Amino acid sequence: MRGRMTMETIKLTIDNKQIEVEKGTTILGAARRMGIDIPTLCHMKLDDLNIENKPGGCRICVVEVQGRRNLSPACITKCDEGAVVRTHTPRVMNARRTVMEFILSDHPKDCLICPKSGNCELQNMAIRLGIREITGQEIAEMSTYRKDTSPSIIRDLDKCIMCRRCEMMCNEVQTVGALSAVNRGFMAVVAPAFEQNLEYSPCTYCGQCVAVCPTGALTEVDHTGDVLRAIADPSKTVVVQTAPAVRAALGEEFGMKPGSLVTGKLVSALKELGFDYVFDTDFAADLTIMEEGTELLARLGKFLNGDEDANIPILTSCCPGWVNFFEHNFPDLKDVPSTAKSPQQMFGAIAKSYFAGKINVSRKDMVVVSIMPCLAKKYESQRPEFSVDGNPDVDFSISTRELAHFIKQANIDFNNLPDADFDRPLGESTGAGVIFGNTGGVIEAAVRTAYELYTGKKLSRLDFDELRGMEGVRQATINFDGLPINIGIAHGLGNARKLLDDVRAGRSTFHAIEVMACPGGCIGGGGQPLHHGDSSILKARARAIYEEDKNKTIRVSHENPYIINLYKEFLGEPNSEKAHHLLHTHYFDKKAKIIVKQ
Amino acid sequence: MSSIKIELRKEDVDKINEICDSFGNEQSELINVLHKTQEHFGYLPAEIQEAIASKLNIPVAQVYGVVTFYSFFTMTPKGRHPISICMGTACYVRGAEKVLDEFKKELSLQVGQTTPDGKFSLSSLRCVGACGLAPVVLIGEKTYGRVAPDDVQDILKEYQ
Repeated sequence: MRGRMTMETIKLTIDNKQIEVEKGTTILGAARRMGIDIPTLCHMKLDDLNIENKPGGCRICVVEVQGRRNLSPACITKCDEGAVVRTHTPRVMNARRTVMEFILSDHPKDCLICPKSGNCELQNMAIRLGIREITGQEIAEMSTYRKDTSPSIIRDLDKCIMCRRCEMMCNEVQTVGALSAVNRGFMAVVAPAFEQNLEYSPCTYCGQCVAVCPTGALTEVDHTGDVLRAIADPSKTVVVQTAPAVRAALGEEFGMKPGSLVTGKLVSALKELGFDYVFDTDFAADLTIMEEGTELLARLGKFLNGDEDANIPILTSCCPGWVNFFEHNFPDLKDVPSTAKSPQQMFGAIAKSYFAGKINVSRKDMVVVSIMPCLAKKYESQRPEFSVDGNPDVDFSISTRELAHFIKQANIDFNNLPDADFDRPLGESTGAGVIFGNTGGVIEAAVRTAYELYTGKKLSRLDFDELRGMEGVRQATINFDGLPINIGIAHGLGNARKLLDDVRAGRSTFHAIEVMACPGGCIGGGGQPLHHGDSSILKARARAIYEEDKNKTIRVSHENPYIINLYKEFLGEPNSEKAHHLLHTHYFDKKAKIIVKQ
Repeated sequence: MSSIKIELRKEDVDKINEICDSFGNEQSELINVLHKTQEHFGYLPAEIQEAIASKLNIPVAQVYGVVTFYSFFTMTPKGRHPISICMGTACYVRGAEKVLDEFKKELSLQVGQTTPDGKFSLSSLRCVGACGLAPVVLIGEKTYGRVAPDDVQDILKEYQ
């Protein structure tokens, strides 16, 4: 509180009400604190995650400041002592309407069939401002930029309003640098270098651009049609897996409050949709812990014996956006991440070998579908190394949003569905598998298992609060019975880059590092219901994930009876030759190369 | 997806590195680096932008963003005889646009393009300070005044 007392404050008046704010506060920030909801379009702020987009470009948030000749954009104008601000004078409202009409004048009017319809910030703004006609529409030139379809993301730049949120996410938060504002005036768009398709850029398909796009300019590739065809084909056995973060967010698409856990309804809906087997990616997360944890202990053992080839720290490899990132940016370190495949791909490999054998279905007659909070998973499932003779381990990956559309189309009353249980054997999971959805969760799950396997002792507590939270980079030291293990955690690729730079420079003191590409982890993934800039939604989802963990009877991966059985019946030991063949992978150097001709 | 591979000659890479070094490889010096590089090569093709991005450690998308924002920078080489048509106010009101259209038609070129044989390139500019001669056309160092659309064929014949 002492800091607050000495803080320099400013008094001003907004809409005839007085307020005192900290120096440096914007008019928008002050107004929101008073419950005055100045409309914004390009501005977006995710509290606690240090993410803010304020190019001051769209001019929707203009307000009148007494004594200033021009209207001021509230999102970037700082409060002055004694300022008198009005947010809804006729002049302001008229200007706001004109700005909106300009933005809409060259925007496609195909809202009825736009993938963003009903969830579009531009559409909502047009509704809010009551736009009924657009002055000068007859003479407005329309943009005709080509569409770009990549394995995960579709760019339809006719719908881009140059808010530049995607550019901010791609460059400042993720430091991927695939997108930049190019050209000027009417031709201005956000695009990769040389306006190439995304596929020929360093894009990681993390989907954070899609997660923040206010319009239909950036959307995911929709695979629900493929899934429907597979279900309709009587010769196919369709197996579905669902990622941990989906159950903590899907309810939002059906009007439930953020943080509602809908695991049982989700299973019911998937059965109702006609999937033959409804399984859980959490099972594969437990399997990942067995493989990755064993690899960690082996590398750690070497390291403690002074072996210089021990390759410490070990990095997690569950996140396909992260894998793409280091293949593009740190190919020299490609031996550092764990070779364990992601849970999605482990699941596919086991479903099409172990499980297909168990139910006597041939590989080609089995279709594996994944429900993911993620768009990079679409690309990952299409990697050639994850297929056998051209038949992919995971046939289709659809996002939480796509699943919600699918459920609505199938006339399912989601909110009133009874709870159902996952099928067995690939549907049984532990609390450790569930927390994979949160930043810090993978490493916490790994610590639970590695600790017990290394020390031979039971953990007295399973909640590692020191590994949880929303800070971009976190570190903790866990005592393995006298052996201190240093753990680093990063979420958001820009934060990961900081830890990777240390590893490259030999400065890193970590034994293990967890990276998730998306802010908050998978709960904030590019395929999740849109947060529209409200970070409390992400926090509610994270709480729901930890709640699900607490409710589980088994909370460490190595005690999952179906995992134990899988090793006994099929794989042998963790990191066995068969496990390596099915559950591990290798990485590629994808950095752009400059070849010097002599 | 395979990674992107760019091929450049050694002397070109050396030149780009030299220019970047002369600005201390500062990312904030990008515009100056681009100026110097264009001065040397005449234009800024994709390969050269890739090399600059790599040397200054900035995303090539951002380099391209700057190159496309400022009309001074060009990604196509100028012709041996660069043609510039003044579109300043005086030239414009005296019919510069019709003259420009005639050049476009004769050469089958758009503004900013170069003929496939590298002979002519076409650009427009704003006021060369010779308003008394409007409309004005520059070809290389040579100035043509009071140009009418009918003169265009004859002018181009001088460069046969």
